[in-house]
Amino acid sequence: MKELLIIAIVIMVFLVIFQIAKASEYVSVLKGEDKTRKQTNKINGFLLISFLILGLIGVYVCNEWFYPKTLFPAGSASVEGEKIDLMLYITIGVTGVVFLITQILLFWFSFRYQEKDGKKAFFFPHNTKLELLWTTVPAIFLTVLVVFGLVNWFKMTGEAPKNATLIEITGHQFAWDIRYPGKDGVLGKKNYRLYNKPSGNTLGVDFQDPASLDDLKTTEMHMPVNKPVKLVIGAMDVIHDVGLPHFRMKMDAVPGIPTTMWFTPQYTTEQMKVRTGNVNFRYEISCDQVCGKSHFSMRGIIVVETEGEYNKWLDAQKPDYYAMYPDKDPTAKPATPDTTKKLIAAILPVKK
Amino acid sequence: MSTVITANEAILHGVQGDSHAEHHHKETFITKYVFSQDHKTIAKQFLVTGIIWAFIGGLFSVIFRLQLGYPESTFPWLEDLFGHWAKGGKIQPEFYYALVTMHGTILVFFVLTAGLSGTFSNFLIPLQIGARDMASPLLNMLSYWFFFMASVVMISSLFVQTGPASGGWTVYPPLSALGDASMGSKIGMDLWLVSMALFIVSSLLGGLNYITTVLNMRTKGMSMTRMPLTIWAFFFTAVLGVLSFPVLLSGAILLLFDRNLGTSFFLSDIVVAGKILPNEGGSAILFQHLFWFLGHPEVYIILLPAMGMSSEILSVNSRKPIFGYMAMVGSLFAITVLAFLVWAHHMFVTGLNPYLGGIFVLLTLLIAVPSAIKVFNWLTTLWRGNIRFTPAMLFAIGFVSLFISGGLTGIFLGNSALDIHLHDTYFVIAHFHIVMGVASFFGLFAGVYHWYPKMFGTYLNNTLAYIHFWVTIVGAYLIFWPMHYEGLAGMPRRYYDFSTWESFKMFGGLNEFISLIAMIVFAAQLLFIINFFYSIWKGRKVTTMNPWDANTLEWTTPIRPGHGNWVGEIPEVHRWPYDYAKESKDGKDFIMQNVPVGDDEEKH
Repeated sequence: MKELLIIAIVIMVFLVIFQIAKASEYVSVLKGEDKTRKQTNKINGFLLISFLILGLIGVYVCNEWFYPKTLFPAGSASVEGEKIDLMLYITIGVTGVVFLITQILLFWFSFRYQEKDGKKAFFFPHNTKLELLWTTVPAIFLTVLVVFGLVNWFKMTGEAPKNATLIEITGHQFAWDIRYPGKDGVLGKKNYRLYNKPSGNTLGVDFQDPASLDDLKTTEMHMPVNKPVKLVIGAMDVIHDVGLPHFRMKMDAVPGIPTTMWFTPQYTTEQMKVRTGNVNFRYEISCDQVCGKSHFSMRGIIVVETEGEYNKWLDAQKPDYYAMYPDKDPTAKPATPDTTKKLIAAILPVKK
Repeated sequence: MSTVITANEAILHGVQGDSHAEHHHKETFITKYVFSQDHKTIAKQFLVTGIIWAFIGGLFSVIFRLQLGYPESTFPWLEDLFGHWAKGGKIQPEFYYALVTMHGTILVFFVLTAGLSGTFSNFLIPLQIGARDMASPLLNMLSYWFFFMASVVMISSLFVQTGPASGGWTVYPPLSALGDASMGSKIGMDLWLVSMALFIVSSLLGGLNYITTVLNMRTKGMSMTRMPLTIWAFFFTAVLGVLSFPVLLSGAILLLFDRNLGTSFFLSDIVVAGKILPNEGGSAILFQHLFWFLGHPEVYIILLPAMGMSSEILSVNSRKPIFGYMAMVGSLFAITVLAFLVWAHHMFVTGLNPYLGGIFVLLTLLIAVPSAIKVFNWLTTLWRGNIRFTPAMLFAIGFVSLFISGGLTGIFLGNSALDIHLHDTYFVIAHFHIVMGVASFFGLFAGVYHWYPKMFGTYLNNTLAYIHFWVTIVGAYLIFWPMHYEGLAGMPRRYYDFSTWESFKMFGGLNEFISLIAMIVFAAQLLFIINFFYSIWKGRKVTTMNPWDANTLEWTTPIRPGHGNWVGEIPEVHRWPYDYAKESKDGKDFIMQNVPVGDDEEKH
């Protein structure tokens, strides 16, 4: 019923507007079309300049309202991200000045040079000096922005520092899997054909590779503060994207083509709770490349903590290999024979 | 759809005088209104089909904005309309992604490519260069009917059980290649690809025709440098399309192979829905290269016609010559060339080689230079003019404003290091909607308001036109300006719901506001559609041949020109099209292109 009412009201509004529009057309014919045209010209000239003034006030108000909700008041959570923030401020400055000048000129000229009786436009087809001026000035500013940008770009996409903590992150519909290289610092080889869900080998890790035996698989990503982190990024099914807005980082996860990203977190999760004034703050990994129906809920968590806390957490993790083959685990009680058999049966078909 | 068009056309031309200059062969209803080879009729067919598509595409955005604006609410009437897609009155995620994908596909290709350049290239090229029709009227007709077939296939994909394509308008594989990865990647995706293939055929037939016509069929005296900027823009648009659409076609066909014939062009190392796929050695990134090799020129295919028409309209209504004609042509040319060399800026975060990325940054930001030239030239055109605010003029001014606003944010996104942060956030949505979507729509509206009297021999209602303009420009800024802030907060695009995210859930109120404005702006577009169709029959009649006091040749044709455009000889051109602010012999402030140069004048 409510919907019908709304539809009826909308149709009424349309009809009223339409009738007014029709009537105004008749009125204009009666009054003399030229006279009406001149009147509406004045009205629209006035509206254009009003739009400029109200618009600029709106830009200011919008900034007052929404700037506090952006990521910038809390600062970048990574050292590298600070460069991006600086670049952003410089770009906003340069483009902001251009924006103001051009928009003000556009609407001011429109208002100032609106049609007046007896006035004639100025024949001004070209002026080489002016044209050269506004070719070279933008070119110079852009060159500065490009150089500045490329310096940052090559630094960020360059090799990660040697001491970086290595972490692997793999996307699949619709979650992230995290893998740590364990004590040897090397991630075990993978082959997607070894994927086996019942056994728990959802990443297709090749356990024939000795380097894989001490690898850890986790659901949360932990990392120590103030130490570079290198992420090796992959995907099992479709393209995903590791989006880390607080660190100003982002990289696609492409099936078949591993990618990397590195950065240096500079605030722990606890520190960020204070900086953002949000006790519920968490570093979230968002999937930034549409990947299917639950794309919007493909959420991961990063915990940045002190080196001590991180090591403690790391020590508490059990290598994935032992989780899958509990009988091989020296620290665990022997599993009941039944489960072992089932597990082996599940793994066998994919063993070469 | 065809019945709608034919009905319109029938009544339209029912009152048309028999001003057929050359063509006295017998025409039936079918040859005149359905399978017409008259470029003006074909243009109107493109326009009306484009309007229908724009209504559908716009409506889709209103529906998915309901979800974004009111994620907690249910709308039982949605279930009545869409059944299980909106179970319990709540838009389902699959439906949301299908709507988003179709909104993008429809507006980018079917409205702003076919509806914009299909309409105005067809309508204006012969009229403004002084030709009786296109080089090949037959291919021109086929161009429309391929577009029509593409439309039918795309519409039909909306009605299949598993729904239309839903992997975004960019249809990146593997998501789009694997039916197991998404409902929309089942039969809906095949239909999408087939429809696009037909669309590309249409675009190529049209584009080749436009190029040939511009190069070969100009009237006596119409040298290339005497062409109106509209024609230059349509010409470069056609060149862009002809050179880049085939690449998308190859991508689409390879994707069809991967989907149906077991090839591995884009697939490698995939486990989907628990199944280990045999495909190895393909590259998902390859598709992105093929897609964006068209995809980037595509945004200029959309934008250039709007630029050309705005240039013309700004000059006519400022009563001043366009400032820096040669610089305007040169910058169009520069944009055309650069448009082919920047595609990978959509791929900065795909793991692209950083050195390659660096080159693309340089080339991308280079495009800002010709763009800046155009903006300053438009501003100087207004300076010391005697400006008439016709609805077309307001839309052209709005176009410049939006082009500035959206163009400047391109400088952020083209700079790869900044793009890392802003990529695939609402900042991108704000950027391309302003600069490509709304700006081009403003160019389209400007064109419709300006050339409507030539198309139909009637005027649109001015009051409705002014309401349409003001609601649309205010609404467009209210919708897209705040989205920049959402993007600066890292809010990802193509999210169905943000409420579970600690990082993004604080924009609930803003999202609701944006949705509300979107509905109002959509309603204003309905006013335009009503005005458009009503005025065809009931609009004020045009009584003078040249209602805007313009210089170009289309205003030398009869008020309702027949097939062949001019009665008798095609006029000869003696001057450039921008002789405004000059005293003519009969005391007017403009001299039309077909007026011989007087003894006291300089030659152009």
